Amino acid sequence: MERTAPTTGRSALPEAAILDREGLDALIAALRGDGYAVIGPRLRDGAIVLDPVESADDLSWGLIDEQDGGRYRLVPGDAQTAFSHTVGPQSWKRHLYPPRQTLWTGRRDGRGFTVETPADPVPHHAFLGVRACDLAAMAVQDRVFGVAPHEGRSAGQERFTDSGYAARRAAAFIVAVNCGRAGGTCFCDSMGAGPKAAGGYDLALTELPGCGTPAFLAEAGSATGAALLARLPGHAAGPQDRAAADASVEQARAHMGRAMVPDAGPLLARNLEHPRWAEVAARCLSCANCTMVCPTCFCTTVEDTTDLSGDHVERWRRWDSCFTVDFSYIHGGAIRQSGLSRYRQWMTHKLSSWWEQFGTSGCTGCGRCITWCPVGIDITEEARAIHDSEGRG
Amino acid sequence: MDSALLPPTTIASADPMVPRPFRIVRRLREVDGCFTLVLESQDGRPYVFRPGQFNMLYVFGVGEVAISVSGDCRDPGGLVHTVREVGTVTRAMAALRPGDSIGVRGPFGHPWPIEEAYGQDVLFVTGTIGLAPLRPLILEVLNRREHFGKVVLCYGSRGTHDILYEGQLHQWRGRFDMQVHVTVHSAPAGYRGRVGSVANLVKIARFDPEQTTAYVCRSETMTRPAVQALYERGVTADRIYVTLERNMKCGVGFCGHCQMGGSFMCKDGPVYRYDTIEHVFSVREL
Ligand SMILES: Cc1cc2nc3c(=O)[nH]c(=O)nc-3n(C[C@H](O)[C@H](O)[C@H](O)COP(=O)(O)OP(=O)(O)OC[C@H]3O[C@@H](n4cnc5c(N)ncnc54)[C@H](O)[C@@H]3O)c2cc1C
Ligand code: SF4
Ligand code: SF4
Ligand code: FES
Repeated sequence: MERTAPTTGRSALPEAAILDREGLDALIAALRGDGYAVIGPRLRDGAIVLDPVESADDLSWGLIDEQDGGRYRLVPGDAQTAFSHTVGPQSWKRHLYPPRQTLWTGRRDGRGFTVETPADPVPHHAFLGVRACDLAAMAVQDRVFGVAPHEGRSAGQERFTDSGYAARRAAAFIVAVNCGRAGGTCFCDSMGAGPKAAGGYDLALTELPGCGTPAFLAEAGSATGAALLARLPGHAAGPQDRAAADASVEQARAHMGRAMVPDAGPLLARNLEHPRWAEVAARCLSCANCTMVCPTCFCTTVEDTTDLSGDHVERWRRWDSCFTVDFSYIHGGAIRQSGLSRYRQWMTHKLSSWWEQFGTSGCTGCGRCITWCPVGIDITEEARAIHDSEGRG
Repeated sequence: MDSALLPPTTIASADPMVPRPFRIVRRLREVDGCFTLVLESQDGRPYVFRPGQFNMLYVFGVGEVAISVSGDCRDPGGLVHTVREVGTVTRAMAALRPGDSIGVRGPFGHPWPIEEAYGQDVLFVTGTIGLAPLRPLILEVLNRREHFGKVVLCYGSRGTHDILYEGQLHQWRGRFDMQVHVTVHSAPAGYRGRVGSVANLVKIARFDPEQTTAYVCRSETMTRPAVQALYERGVTADRIYVTLERNMKCGVGFCGHCQMGGSFMCKDGPVYRYDTIEHVFSVREL
């Protein structure tokens, strides 16, 4: 996928414009007209989820999410804003790497069998409202699924690509949203992943609050994005609009709910036998929520189904979690029997071993695992406890 | 990504997750609970692998498991796998007969390094079914025999009835350019061979510890004593290669099941240089 920065100066296409509510509506309509299924943040069952949107009316206007360890609540905010909430329980991975997928189907043929791959058409999604942390998460999964190169351990070796992920990813149009408000469990700033999108989008919106009516600074991040922007009703953005957008993002940066201790990777790597693991394991329910909501967790398992005749089989792939005992099963017993070892696998993978594998952190600081943990276990607090104990040691 | 340009793409089919059907051309009974399958590609495409690599073998309607390739990488005649029956999939595989088909994905994994040992003595340390994943390497070392000093195989089994590839061991023993030491853990009275541990074989084998590359293929618990015996002879960790085993669902780095710290066993392993994973043996449940 190519996302080129628009050339400044001579380009005939606008690289930035100010959109109002009508402009936002026109953006959604234009994407739909171009054949994209637009997915955006909308209210369902008391949470903001990533569902199809048909117009700007479907967005989550005037809603703010209060988030804390094990706690999520929507409250009214500025009715003129569509994006003053932050991230909800879902991440975009469910659209790029669906929770359940048919890998192939097989049919018995005499003493042999034949295999067919489903000829599913690739959905063309436009993702509207992708936050910086989730863009960073896509860049992380691009490395995992062989779509982008990396400097990890297996760099330079033969690279396998997940064709389904690659196709969905290449077909997606991305409208990022820079955050003007940080959530209670957000810590993207300390992970270097936000709150401003650094690239990897077609268009980026920054909500300009306090204008009395909805206003968005729209900036192009690719030629396709610039071409689309040129078709929208808006007016040219001036330096004062950019300054207002920057100030809004700085506001979010200044109010991060949480922060990760520096150098968490090496910290955990040298503390694999720390007493804190037993302590957190005593609280952890091994429910796997954190891995399901995490935008970078990629683990899956396979399931084989057979029809009654036994002649038709399907091989499915579905999301899995390192918190299950079966995950590490080998003949004779699971490698990670204890809750301690499974919690340690999760947290060291996110913050430490991911670096070795892919040359990047596996955590972007989105805060979902903290919010959606039923007992409110907080990855930043766990890392800090180990960090502080070293200071004392 | 533009309107008129949206390509009518479908998800590609040359996916590493999709198996190729192979036909079983021969089935050999090995020691108790073990069997060997010789497979032939049904799609006409050749199959090429390097010693130490493995396939994901799929039994129709049952499931898929990781099995090392056990044949000669220079023999295009057939793809050879030796399997021990332990559970659902391997038992179903044991019931297959010549003429039946099996699904193959692979080859996957990091092979045994060979050139690194040029000019040195080569020592193979293995036991029971561990000889199966090691056999392609032994065959290839013998194929390139002139590049090595002494070639030594230390093999141990539980009893006198579970010595894998016994005929081949005899044949290797007959070569003037290879030492083959076999031991059994326990033997009936009157057994004339050696009784004891593989570690003891390492103690008596003739090789130059300063100039030796050792390849160890044993279960995780048996690897440690083998490495210990090598250390005692003076072979250093950077010249010892071992294999490890983890649950595997994909073989290509996508499913996450085979992770061990910072490595994926399916692509960074299953062969590791011992000094790069030594720490794994000291942290429990990693
Ligand atoms: C790289 C590699 C190479 C291997 N080479 C060989 C070989 O050459 N010959 C041989 O007989 N065996 C080999 N094994 C072990 C073989 O994969 C297991 O014996 C097999 O998976 C057991 O499956 P099952 O369904 O019969 O057993 P069950 O106990 O019913 O296992 C259920 C599931 O657990 C997983 N599992 C269980 N044991 C293992 C294991 N040891 N390793 C990985 N996953 C496991 C599998 O997904 C399996 O389907 C190898 C394993 C690995 C990782
Ligand atoms: S580990 Fe937690 S904070 Fe980090 S990316 Fe995953 S869900 Fe977000
Ligand atoms: S944390 Fe667990 S579920 Fe998530 S990617 Fe790592 S091993 Fe997989
Ligand atoms: S077997 Fe799936 S990641 Fe290694």
